[in-house]
Amino acid sequence: MRDTAREAGARHRRRVLLDGAIAAAVVIVMGVLRGVWSNELMLFNFIAFLALSQGLNIIYGFTGYLPFGYVGFYGAGAYGFSLVVMHLHASAMVGMAAAAGAALVLAVILLPLLRLSGAYFAIASMAAAQAVYEIVANPDLEAVTKGPYGVSLSEVFAPAFSYYVALGILALALALVVWLRNSRFGMALQAIRDDPVSAAMAGVSVVKGRTVAWILSALIAGLVGGVFAWHISVFYPDTAFDLSVSIFSTVFLLFGGATTLTGPLLGVFLLYGFYNVIGIAVPQYFQLAYGALIVLLVLFLPNGLVSLLTNRGIRVP
Amino acid sequence: MSPEPLLTVTGLIKRFGGFRALDGVSFHLNPGEVLGLVGPNGSGKTTCINVICGLYAPDGGTVRFDGRSIGGAQSHRLVKSGINRTFQSPRPFLSLTVRENVEVAAHFGDPKPGFDVDALLAELELDRYADRPAAELNSAQQKTLDLARAMATEPRLLLVDELAAGLNPAELSRMADRLRALADGGMALLVVEHLMGFIDRVTDRVVVMAAGKEFFEGTLADATRDPEVIRVFLGGGHHV
Repeated sequence: MRDTAREAGARHRRRVLLDGAIAAAVVIVMGVLRGVWSNELMLFNFIAFLALSQGLNIIYGFTGYLPFGYVGFYGAGAYGFSLVVMHLHASAMVGMAAAAGAALVLAVILLPLLRLSGAYFAIASMAAAQAVYEIVANPDLEAVTKGPYGVSLSEVFAPAFSYYVALGILALALALVVWLRNSRFGMALQAIRDDPVSAAMAGVSVVKGRTVAWILSALIAGLVGGVFAWHISVFYPDTAFDLSVSIFSTVFLLFGGATTLTGPLLGVFLLYGFYNVIGIAVPQYFQLAYGALIVLLVLFLPNGLVSLLTNRGIRVP
Repeated sequence: MSPEPLLTVTGLIKRFGGFRALDGVSFHLNPGEVLGLVGPNGSGKTTCINVICGLYAPDGGTVRFDGRSIGGAQSHRLVKSGINRTFQSPRPFLSLTVRENVEVAAHFGDPKPGFDVDALLAELELDRYADRPAAELNSAQQKTLDLARAMATEPRLLLVDELAAGLNPAELSRMADRLRALADGGMALLVVEHLMGFIDRVTDRVVVMAAGKEFFEGTLADATRDPEVIRVFLGGGHHV
């Protein structure tokens, strides 16, 4: 049974190629669909959730931290974009840099949350997102953020360009997950997730590993938030900080299966697809089915759809 | 005696609230030597290991390793400078394969270039399970995996916390031979253990602890004749 280092190397290359091919296929399909499907906003939302659930995968799948307040980074990105475009009349690409910057600043401020674990971390991150929302939506800050009245960014409106930038962000999120799944660093993160004390005894810097994962995860959400602001161009703070962004991303990730590349993809395509088929037309049936699905999943498949295979020893990309 | 021991612990103190788990323990350890750390439950043996490997910062006293004071240094740095340990209850990375468990340590623990993970797994008889998740191993195998992970960082000082507990006689004997072989290769070992037969077979010297400090140091044979050791730890009528 013992295989040599060379076989292990060849197998590693095959895995990287397979993961990379899946990631590339998703990006290409989402790019091509824009030309054939008329509902661009729906496709854009698909891209946003594909990227967000992979961004969440980076922090939850590889370190075990589940931030319910993930939307905070998304909202920070959306407002980072909006503020420089509104006040400095900056170009959209400068706005995207500001979106990334805003999410990174928030991530650094919230680094002490990583001292918490489990439900305490989840709740604290949600409170932090809510706090940012309350600041942004404060009517007294109308001159800066437009408060609860929302922003309008018509001067940079560019639906086609922003769609492809979103596609680029999705590619980045997928590439990060492919890298984590196939690199020593990703393996070290999984070691930290399984047992931080043993990870330290393997020479891994636990604090550094968690910090990098947290920052990368926040960066993805900030970029998605920024491109959302750009693409949609008119929105309110309760849209940018809508908790259902967190909930949807989390459910998609957990439904498919964290730590894998395909799990969150399946989660988004199946569940968000389902949402778009019946959720908008008959929302009450959708919510009933969704709730039932989550209950069944937690009871019978806590590690997501992919665990149907991984439990049988089959590796899922 | 060599000029300076590899590890020198002097007056080490560790408090948990009002309780002094370590109350001024002192001992030293030379390269290639196996020192047994024995004593009743709660005497501070595991706490001592936890302080030396950087899991806890000491509240007083010093730990010198290789001529440097290391008290309070971070664990992953100590690992790179040549200290590692095993755990009383094994702590593998359950979702990683057996090989990946060791690869993490071989990559981040700075062994010499070209360290052969597969050879180590074969040596510890874990090669058959190399591609299985660590969660599928039994407890004795997980303890061996702990040892493999520690060895993959090529430590000069290995802290062994109750590795023998729960092993069957054959496994026990193999484990004793392994530890002895490591010491013969120049590694210094600090072995915490309750099984006196195992201690007798593996150690050159023992330090007996009670209530957070040492009160006997010497060979196990001398320890078993020491009236204080018998009273505090071994109890009457104990034979090695």
